[in-house]
Amino acid sequence: MRERNLFILLAIVLLIAFCLWVDLPQTQALNIQLGPIKIYREIKFRLGLDLKGGLQVVLEADLPPGEKITAEDMEAARNIVQNRVDGMGVVEAVVQRQGEKRVLVELPGIVNPDEAIATLKATGRLEFVEAGTTPLPEGLKINTTYEITPTPEVTPTITPTSEITPAVQVYRTIMTGKHLKSAKVGSDEFGRPEIDFELTPEGTEIFAKYTREHVGEFLAIVMDGVVISCPRIREAITEGRGRITSEKGFTLEEARRLAIILRYGALPVPLKVIQTRVIGPTLGQDSIQKSIRAGIIGIIVVLTFMLTYYRLPGFLADLALISYGLINLAIYKFGIPGLFPGVTLSLPGITGFLLSTGMAVDANILIFERMKEELRQGRPLPVAIEAGFSRAWTSIRDSNLSTLLTCVVLYWFGSNFGASMVKGFAITLFIGVCVSMFTAITMTRTFITFVFDLAGRLLEKRRWLLGI
Amino acid sequence: MYNLVEKRYWFFGLSLLIIIPGLIAMGISLARFGAPWKLSIDFTGGTLMELRFEQKVSPERIYSIFTGLGYGDTTVQTAADERTVVIKCKPLDEEAKARVKEELTKEFGTFEEIHYEYIGPAVGKEVTRAATLAVIAASFIILSFIVFAFRKVPNALRYGVCAIIAMIHDVLVATGLFSIAGLIIGWEVDALFITALLTVIGFSVQDTIVVFDRIRENTPKRRGEPFEIIVTRSLLETLHRSLVTQLNAIFVLIAILLFGGATIKQFVTVLLVGLMSGTYSSIFNAVPLLVVWENREIQKFMAKVFARSS
Repeated sequence: MRERNLFILLAIVLLIAFCLWVDLPQTQALNIQLGPIKIYREIKFRLGLDLKGGLQVVLEADLPPGEKITAEDMEAARNIVQNRVDGMGVVEAVVQRQGEKRVLVELPGIVNPDEAIATLKATGRLEFVEAGTTPLPEGLKINTTYEITPTPEVTPTITPTSEITPAVQVYRTIMTGKHLKSAKVGSDEFGRPEIDFELTPEGTEIFAKYTREHVGEFLAIVMDGVVISCPRIREAITEGRGRITSEKGFTLEEARRLAIILRYGALPVPLKVIQTRVIGPTLGQDSIQKSIRAGIIGIIVVLTFMLTYYRLPGFLADLALISYGLINLAIYKFGIPGLFPGVTLSLPGITGFLLSTGMAVDANILIFERMKEELRQGRPLPVAIEAGFSRAWTSIRDSNLSTLLTCVVLYWFGSNFGASMVKGFAITLFIGVCVSMFTAITMTRTFITFVFDLAGRLLEKRRWLLGI
Repeated sequence: MYNLVEKRYWFFGLSLLIIIPGLIAMGISLARFGAPWKLSIDFTGGTLMELRFEQKVSPERIYSIFTGLGYGDTTVQTAADERTVVIKCKPLDEEAKARVKEELTKEFGTFEEIHYEYIGPAVGKEVTRAATLAVIAASFIILSFIVFAFRKVPNALRYGVCAIIAMIHDVLVATGLFSIAGLIIGWEVDALFITALLTVIGFSVQDTIVVFDRIRENTPKRRGEPFEIIVTRSLLETLHRSLVTQLNAIFVLIAILLFGGATIKQFVTVLLVGLMSGTYSSIFNAVPLLVVWENREIQKFMAKVFARSS
């Protein structure tokens, strides 16, 4: 029994040491390379937009009432939005499908939210552009002759560097997305992925004429002013069907992505903004500092209270509570391998964590109150300890279970729309309750048994130490 | 032993003293805003802007800019520094927002956008639906939980019913006070309020279950003692735990309320009020109600009333 207890104690100490290491601000990643074992995991706090500042937008497919959108089309729309976000160069941006017809976009640290929103929902513009005898590199921003609508184009088509050069090259547009009928992934004679496309009758005519005259030259496929592919015209394409291959060969993934862009970039689902949240950077900073201060003050009060009210067991409970905090923070930064990558902290999330510290001592209080009762009835200390833990268990189980159930409902409620705030609260409260079961029961029990083993007789004589 | 539940009707009275004004406030709100509480843009859809200007601004002038653009239903509040304003209005689309910003810059110079929120009307409806569903689901789950917790106890029904009455009490206290605050200082129910409410519902039954657990444990041990004494004994035995636990949670919440960010003040207040109400209701409502039930006091009262009237 004693050996087993020592073993658990050792395991706890190791766990806390690991958590402490994870919690340290300078810890960036876990990187283990032992022969065949390679583990790499990033370790960092993920802050929600309400703490970091930034823009959150929920976009919805703007469809006539009654019309449905397929999951495939929605994924295509998401891809296009993702491309545009990538183009903005925002660090840690999030682009997620939400429900049937929504896309959630989170852009931390955005300076001009209005411009960003306009860029996101601009309808995609697909063009086939004359490139001449040299291929244009993928990802290059170019200026083309064609404008679809008279509305001002949001994506800047001229890069700052090209503005300086006096003669900006303007590429001639041959066809636009409206001339494209379909595009899908196929494979060439060697089984390599390629994109097969089909044109409308008008497109067929234009394309036949152009390709006949420019065999051997390059043709750029341009989306929103960015070159996405630049295949060579191998032969005249007269029957309105063609294929796009890459010099270095497409992977299946690339081909699929390109086909989607060709299909839906040409005719994307119009997206409308249904929800926007902008948190200025100052508000975020202010919230972080205030929450940290509030949290520290709250926890110190709880620690002091437990110590003065329950004396020695209170001190042990305080140790368990501090470990509780360390473990929780470590989970937020490190996640649980195989389950989730980490927790994004928001203001309600921090509240959930702090509230659960209150819950964490609740289990200890139930146990200690039971212990005291048993001691007052004249039971010897070891019996009282045992009774305290075993009898308090049903109450602890019931109260934690009802909180966990509430968390599940809250999580569902939070997943229902763009309110990740509610979700954050549910997640931290849930994790907190689970961790508290471990720290308040297993950990405190190990500590108490250990101390009793060491100084049992001393305690029998000095009962004030036990808070009686 | 001191009979703690003797003054039970006073305890019930105190609860009513808090709940009834809340109910009245809800009635007034219902007449005034069409809902028992002032609803935030989370539910109604709309735009909220918090802007900080370089110079002092006049809220009246800002208001007239909005009305000039056709947004009559707009409220403008200035903070103490007279540079920061909170504006609430009907949903502004991107074009309207651009126009508003242009006008504001023309009038007062540059400003920083501290906080901006736009919620489309359709989203508001969905949030309302989801919130209603969440409250129903939570109540149902807690209900099943109570049934489960008391499945082996004689008279399980009365324990369950009393726990639920205590829970409804807490919900009424929290929502009632919020409704009053809505009328007086303009508090608005948002998604976080629903979160706080659900948390209160979950926490509310815990204290009750702990006390009921003890009554269940003590009843066979103390056969022959009057029920009221058993109940008082159980209450006193668990009182420490209830108070100490609540005290800890209250410490933390007060710390957040005093030192934490302004954006979650209302959320924390609802949690705080709900938790305190939860402790009160389990000790002074749920348990005395058990006694009322055990003594058949309502039947006796009714019999008396009928006897007198006939």
